[in-house]
Amino acid sequence: MQAFEYASPTTLKEALALLGERWGEADVLAGGTDLLSLMKDYVHTPKRVVNIKGIAELGGIRKTAAGLRIGATVTLDELLSNPTVRTEYPSLWAAAEGVTSPQIRNMGTVGGDLCQRPRCWYFRLGYGLLAQKDGRSLVVNGENKYHAIFGGGPAYFVSASSLGPALVALGARIKLASASGTRELSAAEFFVIPKSDSEREIALRPNEILTEVLVPPAAGVRNATYEVRHKEALDWPLATASVALRMKGTTVESARVVMGHVAPIPWQAKEAEQFLAGKAVTEEVAEQAGKAAVAGAKPLSQNAYKVRLAQVAVKRALLAAARGKA
Amino acid sequence: MPEPNYSWPPREKRRVIGKRVSRIDGPAKASGRGKYGSDIHQPGLLFAALLTCPHAHARVRSVDTKEAQALKGVTAVEVISGPGTEIQWAGTEVAAVAAVTEEIARDAVRRIKVDYEILPHAVKEDDLKAAGARSKPAGEVLVGDPDDAFKKADVISEGEYGIPVLQHCCLESHGQVVMWKGDSVEYWPSTQNVSGIGGDLARSLEVPAANVHVHQDHMGGGFGSKFSADRWGVVAAKLSRASGGRPVKLFLDRRTELEIAGGRPSGFARIKLGARKDGAILAWESHSWGTSGVGGGGVAATQLPYVFTNIPNRRVNHTGVITHTGPARAWRAPNHPQASFLTCCAIEDLAARLNLDPLEVFDKNFQYTARPEVYRAQLRKAAELIEWKKLWHPRGQSGPGPVKRGLGIGVATWGGLGHASDCRTTIHPDGSVEVELGSQDLGTGTRTVIAMVAAETLGLQVNQIQVKIGDNRYPPSGGSGGSTTVGGVSASTRKSTMNALQKLFEAVAPGLGVPPDQLEAVDGKIQVKGNPAKSLTWKAACQKLGVKPIVEMGQNNPKNPMGLISQGVGGIQIADVSVDTETGVVKLNRLVAVQDCGLIINPKTAESQVYGACIMAICGALFEERIMCQQTGRFLNADMEFYKLAGIDDIGEIIVHLDITPEHDARGVIGLGEPPVIPGIAAIANAVANAIGVRVPRVPLTPDRVLAALEGRRA
Repeated sequence: MQAFEYASPTTLKEALALLGERWGEADVLAGGTDLLSLMKDYVHTPKRVVNIKGIAELGGIRKTAAGLRIGATVTLDELLSNPTVRTEYPSLWAAAEGVTSPQIRNMGTVGGDLCQRPRCWYFRLGYGLLAQKDGRSLVVNGENKYHAIFGGGPAYFVSASSLGPALVALGARIKLASASGTRELSAAEFFVIPKSDSEREIALRPNEILTEVLVPPAAGVRNATYEVRHKEALDWPLATASVALRMKGTTVESARVVMGHVAPIPWQAKEAEQFLAGKAVTEEVAEQAGKAAVAGAKPLSQNAYKVRLAQVAVKRALLAAARGKA
Repeated sequence: MPEPNYSWPPREKRRVIGKRVSRIDGPAKASGRGKYGSDIHQPGLLFAALLTCPHAHARVRSVDTKEAQALKGVTAVEVISGPGTEIQWAGTEVAAVAAVTEEIARDAVRRIKVDYEILPHAVKEDDLKAAGARSKPAGEVLVGDPDDAFKKADVISEGEYGIPVLQHCCLESHGQVVMWKGDSVEYWPSTQNVSGIGGDLARSLEVPAANVHVHQDHMGGGFGSKFSADRWGVVAAKLSRASGGRPVKLFLDRRTELEIAGGRPSGFARIKLGARKDGAILAWESHSWGTSGVGGGGVAATQLPYVFTNIPNRRVNHTGVITHTGPARAWRAPNHPQASFLTCCAIEDLAARLNLDPLEVFDKNFQYTARPEVYRAQLRKAAELIEWKKLWHPRGQSGPGPVKRGLGIGVATWGGLGHASDCRTTIHPDGSVEVELGSQDLGTGTRTVIAMVAAETLGLQVNQIQVKIGDNRYPPSGGSGGSTTVGGVSASTRKSTMNALQKLFEAVAPGLGVPPDQLEAVDGKIQVKGNPAKSLTWKAACQKLGVKPIVEMGQNNPKNPMGLISQGVGGIQIADVSVDTETGVVKLNRLVAVQDCGLIINPKTAESQVYGACIMAICGALFEERIMCQQTGRFLNADMEFYKLAGIDDIGEIIVHLDITPEHDARGVIGLGEPPVIPGIAAIANAVANAIGVRVPRVPLTPDRVLAALEGRRA
């Protein structure tokens, strides 16, 4: 790990003043479960590390008329312990529970989950975000069993965020602050597919801090997450699906279907969403929706199986949501 | 007085041996008081880091260490692979730096400039056709007339199976703390070879072996990969010398640990069996291949067929494939898990082809093994424990629903003869007892076993024995490989403590008015045989020694085991799995392990060995594989993230049955570290085939492979 300057401000204002205008100048530290490994691997070599865990205003979960406000430094464990999350946002709860390491749930934060870097092994070995060598994609020509089946390149990593798909499905908004003010993006807008190695996979700028997540009220929205995992113990899911169904009686009025670990961003399955509108969620409908969700998948040489897994994840998430209460 | 009768006491007379004794170093380990090499923190400790080569095949043109040397806090820099060195795998050690902090050492190695001439590399071996000139055929083993036998066979069953390279993944990585003290070297390695590793280091440093002092109280796993001093041991010592003798700590980081410090050879094979309708195998033909790195290697032709070694007609070929990958090291039962997997999968596929219960087919073919009756009895027991009759169904007939359940069988054989071991027992006049051996406890319970044997012999409690191991100044004991430790140390401890007891008898016999051979040590007393009223307490007896303690040696000689130890065990495991056929995810429900093992000194630690071995097998069956990238030459998952190991929820229920019988007990002590790791992969792979109706040809049984098999694709 390269030597760095460490700052531990107690206000957001102080923290923002410590950030740089370019990536590489400063990194924000919360739980550190990703940042420390990035630094130990010299993938990130920040000159300054800004610890935001001491900033009180970035913590806490609050239920308001506008929905649930989740502070950036709320840990995954706090999220899991919150009764509102458990009862009203089971999709979010299940996504957090899917991080099957108590250590990471105790340290890792909501903001960190959204801002963590991809786990692509080429990226982590120092081949850059797009994992290219001599202008050719190492992923396309190499070991890609855990890589993207949507997006079409040049980025083939998968978004590592556990909460991202659930937040996109729930229509959450993400608040970012910089020294010059704040801005709000939808969770869907927050995740971006980079076109070059110098870009990032999220809309956050180097001088910004993710301060909070706002999840709209879940009244009348049945939601669920299903993860296909190789291991029960700590492991990245192979494919996930988060769904949010606005119900009218027993039929779906509108649906959000978002798949995780299949694309550089949480991947919204618009075809499945359209298919579901106006239908009751039966086994057959869920099966068809799963098929519709992956109709546009373009697997690489070793990850065709993920198409199947994503399809099953969508089906099972839909059935779980339909069984749940609105 | 004649030489004592060293035989183990008869079963009914044992007071300590055979009891479930908790390991005596458990509290020290659980509390953190027990120190491992990586815990050693001598004053002035320096930290070392390695610069490793990122290329799989290259020649070093130059190494420039100036910038590293100039960094504040750096005390020494050593070049390991100088100009002209041909690097043959990524991760090879090129240079090392010692510094006052680990961070400075790591930053410093990044300042070393190495100019490489990049050479072509090849890192894959799973496709033999693609290996071309890298193939090294090992010659054919031909027995009987396989061509004729295949013609006469009622059925021919063919299959292709594969098991990749996997890694040792020692929890404590390889490394050491080492310190020069004048002409001598203080050395705290993590090793399986306390008595031998000092000499290994001494040779490389060109100092007398007598000058290297090895210390190791505890170590965090070796599995066959920790016998020699290795380049990192030698360079750590050189860095210490160059830093004025300050202690240097150099433990491999996780990536390097996986890349260069472990690795089990892969095993792939095409296998053809010819059999009669009743399942009796007439002919075996196999062509296997695999890699151990740049040497080719893999599972030797002589290791197939496994266990069923007397199949009358056999043609066996093997091809080693050269790869630019980290070299293999002995991995817990070297090559046996691969050979068991290849053989047992072929036999279960034959059973499915014949529409026979594999239980019958294994039973029928046990005639071709060295110990048919042992295997038959074990298979019956394992089948009973897994409820085979109730749960087994013909392949693929698991019933409706996406989750399918299945059972499968694996077999094992192993030697386990105790190694050469010397033990010194000291009985002090105050009654305290020291038992010293230059052995090591890999976490298997060796300390506890030594204490139990000494306590049994001397008529004392386990906590009255001070076991001293982990120092090469104690009498030499073999390295812990090949499941040789328990036999070695138990026999030498038995002899040494018995010799010492003999001396004690001689000292107290006159006072008790009987010849020494009329005395026995029981329940903390020395008493006249058949007359317990005539006795001395242990303490009172020892006081008769005056000022001079008794010091007696005992030696195990594997060539003359004297009935204390022997070798040759079998084992059967049966797995019960559930497979989600929509996702390809395999869950192990239960794994039954039936294991014969000779005389068991401590059933508790013996069972622990079997549990641990089963967990390793489950990891190999479901999760573990080295993933090499041909484009970069790198081992992509050299971490604990994508190099997957089971967690508690992934393990299922393990049911251990130690096959303890008077006949096995009479054979004496046999090592148990390796055999139970062998059959699990075969059993689980066969259970998955039974569940889903098709063979998943390669392990680990990952969702992609399972789905591909279900869809008739190659993963």
